[in-house]
Amino acid sequence: MERVILVRYGEIGLKRANRAAFVAQLARNLRDRLPGVRVENRFDHLVLRGAHAPWVLERLQRTFGVVSTSPALEVAPELDAMEAAAQVLVAELAPRPGTTFKVETHRRDKTFPLTSPEVNRELGRRLLARFPELVARMKDPEVHLRVDIRDRAYVYTRVLPGPGGLPVGTGGRAVALLSGGIDSPVAIWMVAKRGVQAIPLHFHAPPFTSERSKEKVVRLVEVLSEWCGPMDLWVVPFAHVQRAIRERVPEPLWTVTMRRTMMRVAERVAQRVGASALVTGESLGQVASQTLEALAAIGAATRLLVLRPLVGMDKLEITGLAQRIGTYEVSVLPYEDCCTLFVPRHPRTRPSLQEAERAEASLDVPALVDEALAGVEVISPAAPAPAGA
Amino acid sequence: MRRVYLDHSATSPALPEVVAAVREVLEHVHGNPASLHGMGLEAERVLERGRQVLAASLGADPSEVVFTSGGTEANNLAVFGTAWARQKPHVVVSAFEHSSVLEPARRLKEMGVEVDFAPVDPEGFVRTDALADLLRPHTALVSVVLVNNEVGTLQPVAEVAKLLDDVQTRWGRRPLLHTDAVQAFQHVPFRVRDLRVDLVTVSAHKLGGPKGVGALYVRKGVRLQPLLLGGDQERGLRGGTPNLPGIAGFAAAIRFWEREGERLRARLRELSARLRAELADLCGLRWNTPSDARRTAPHILNLSVPGLRGEVLVHRLEQEGVYVSTGSACHSRRAHPSHVLLAMGRTEQEAISAVRLSLGPDTTEEDVLYAAEAFRLAVQDLRFLVPS
Repeated sequence: MERVILVRYGEIGLKRANRAAFVAQLARNLRDRLPGVRVENRFDHLVLRGAHAPWVLERLQRTFGVVSTSPALEVAPELDAMEAAAQVLVAELAPRPGTTFKVETHRRDKTFPLTSPEVNRELGRRLLARFPELVARMKDPEVHLRVDIRDRAYVYTRVLPGPGGLPVGTGGRAVALLSGGIDSPVAIWMVAKRGVQAIPLHFHAPPFTSERSKEKVVRLVEVLSEWCGPMDLWVVPFAHVQRAIRERVPEPLWTVTMRRTMMRVAERVAQRVGASALVTGESLGQVASQTLEALAAIGAATRLLVLRPLVGMDKLEITGLAQRIGTYEVSVLPYEDCCTLFVPRHPRTRPSLQEAERAEASLDVPALVDEALAGVEVISPAAPAPAGA
Repeated sequence: MRRVYLDHSATSPALPEVVAAVREVLEHVHGNPASLHGMGLEAERVLERGRQVLAASLGADPSEVVFTSGGTEANNLAVFGTAWARQKPHVVVSAFEHSSVLEPARRLKEMGVEVDFAPVDPEGFVRTDALADLLRPHTALVSVVLVNNEVGTLQPVAEVAKLLDDVQTRWGRRPLLHTDAVQAFQHVPFRVRDLRVDLVTVSAHKLGGPKGVGALYVRKGVRLQPLLLGGDQERGLRGGTPNLPGIAGFAAAIRFWEREGERLRARLRELSARLRAELADLCGLRWNTPSDARRTAPHILNLSVPGLRGEVLVHRLEQEGVYVSTGSACHSRRAHPSHVLLAMGRTEQEAISAVRLSLGPDTTEEDVLYAAEAFRLAVQDLRFLVPS
């Protein structure tokens, strides 16, 4: 009898052609995040061995591509062995008089001599004999004992939901703009859920932003990497761009010009890391610079696809997700406000592309972008230590 | 790059003899002063020696010193400890106290205690006339900082003591007088008897002592309720095993200042004046620290550059290797202007643009000249942010 964890994946099982590659990527991601755990690739699920630490289940609940997991007992596909496993699990749950239960069997190995209902009845009978306090009930029992019979048999009571989605790394790479705010980490999480490996890019503007605001972004990357795996944070100096914009560009167009310059820097980073898209935390109409016109003018600065996964969400939904992800608490730390220096008093809410381009005429944009890239710093945050490890 | 640390009022680097004293106790004195055996006695001697050194420098009796975890705890003990020890107390504090006095006073008010806040004049001094009007027959405590931590002004505490004499003459009961002397201690010479105060807060790390140790002077005969229960240490006023290495370090810092203080105070005064003079011609500055040497601490200068934000100036100076602080904490999307400067009647714009430069024993003339030059450069560099 061996304690294992069953890992089920859903969506990726359907994609016939890529299936092997997807499952292999999921197995690879699991090996990376669960040091010391052996990952076995079975026909339609994964079996983890040696995964006894309490943080393993927590990490599985944060690994994209995992639909559900079950801590299970693996035994020989024989009735006596299954009974022994069932007894262990029921005993662990310390049944009181009247505790309701049922047995549900899935027989994938059709050569097994008994049918599933027969196994249910037989195991149920034996458990009742061993635990007279149990009461059988088919609807909503307290103890739902499941038995999967394959080349081996798996007995378990718990099915824990995973986050779903696709394994990170199966969807290509994208450069994601990461500020210290609430939205951009959620945007990274959203694309990671669809299998995209995000390369976070942060614009750092000393003396207008502090060393602490950079620390905060590093913390955000650490939290995100619990979901997305390890990520390198690219930090690019940006104060010179802000100064130039503030000196040469009409005030109502500061924001759109700044965002366009950020897109150009991001495109160059994308070329360097082999990414094929950009990701931003913009949503529609949330602030003046996020009107359709503004987003169009910003997007026109790059030829790359710009993903805006938050486009249809409102602030409450984004905040709720940020709390679930764990970035919210970090995002609301107070060190980010110096950018407000560059928020115009009356921004143009619907800048046209022509206006935005005219505003840039007095700037040497390629030189500004080059200068930003010359100062790039790549930070590899320490992998978060598993809680309780 | 040269590094010039002008943030001694935030904390001052530990003096070499302080490090030696702390190390000595950590390495060789292992006992708990409360233990009955010989090692306990050895520890108790270190504790009592520290108490004597501090008491002597305050002009107090050793039995009047209560060691705490720092200035914040001592201020909390002074405010809550007096209020809780009395029925229906009335409390008066100045409007620009350190938050470790202000917040406890506000908390008392929320709990239903009568609390008044004495106003401050534009130069940064508590208005004694207004404070006099706030006094009542049942006033239990008046708390006025000795040197304001943001602008460095020396408060007329002895004058407040005289107001309390009048209360006694009129109503037969004298309120207790507390002063937070965290910034003043050793920078401005004073004796508790001359000030005629009942409670005084001091802290070690503003003098080059270790962080995490301070004390409250409690005049003989003053009744207080302890904040920390669970041991009869410090005459029952502060439960808990005392921070022995910290106290030894505190004593070493005091000895250093007792020896060098006179010379240091004169030099700090001279260097502050020099720094001020170097910046005199930089236009658009507004000084929040008055230039009157008799009414200010020798080491604190506070000024505003309206239009700039204090924290941007702090980070720009940091790029030149000069470390200073803002008067105000920077929160979320907007800066919270300093309550001290607002109490002095400064505009919000002036209050969020303030920075504090504070000098210490290791500050040299070259440091001051370098810092002045960096300041000039930073302000000119950031001038584009200032609306003309």
